[in-house]
Amino acid sequence: MVPLSWYIILSGVIFTIGAFGFLARKNIIIMFISIELMLNAANISLVAFSHYLQHIQGQIMVLFIIVVAAAEAAVGLGILIALFKNKETADINEVTLLKG
Amino acid sequence: LTLLQGCFAYLALAMIGLSILTVTMKNPVHSVIAMLALFVHIAALYLFLNAELIAAIQIIVYAGAVLVLYLFVVMLFNIKEEAHKKIYHDQWPLAFVGSVFFLVYFVLIAKNIAVLPKLGPHTVEAIQKKGSLLYIGKELFTTYVLPFEIVSLLLLIAIIGAVVLTKKGA
Repeated sequence: MVPLSWYIILSGVIFTIGAFGFLARKNIIIMFISIELMLNAANISLVAFSHYLQHIQGQIMVLFIIVVAAAEAAVGLGILIALFKNKETADINEVTLLKG
Repeated sequence: LTLLQGCFAYLALAMIGLSILTVTMKNPVHSVIAMLALFVHIAALYLFLNAELIAAIQIIVYAGAVLVLYLFVVMLFNIKEEAHKKIYHDQWPLAFVGSVFFLVYFVLIAKNIAVLPKLGPHTVEAIQKKGSLLYIGKELFTTYVLPFEIVSLLLLIAIIGAVVLTKKGA
């Protein structure tokens, strides 16, 4: 039997890697991918809790998270395409339109 | 180490390695491919947790739909221009320290889970007898019917938003 804490730590490690990717990478696409990574880490811990507490609620939350992630991907990538039409770059440091 | 723990160890190590590859690869296409392998491993992990519906949705929605969307956008961007550039911000050690705090936090949580609430009705035997789809469907259309409808509205908004954002002359 695998203890529950192993799943939580695994989920934490993946979340940490995703957070690092989001904070440290310059490429906007990789930043979006890191967000997906963090969402998946949360899903892992939710399904693990659902299994160990013997209640299906956790899996239903995972379903909603997947829907929100899909919507986020569609809108976010739409924004990226609109950005690329204007700036021709994937580097977050070159998007300084708000700078006075 | 039992067989189950061995499988978990393999899956965990592969997932950690693949997610490190995902955030450190220079070429976004390689990142997306590593992410695809990661999602397949996550689906396998869900099967170990008796969540076969979630595993199937993970493959269909994430590996099938979301990642293809990412690949399309990666294709639209010109990846050659940044082959010689640095891929991290100059302040990346700060980001590393900040994200390690998350890890410490998670380890503290995992060590301190002592009191679990009362166990629910969906035991492993019940799920294996009738399948998790039946229980998820029952809960989804009774207790969670309002969030379910709201989420359908959210998807509609996302569709309209994506179309408006990428329209010509927007």
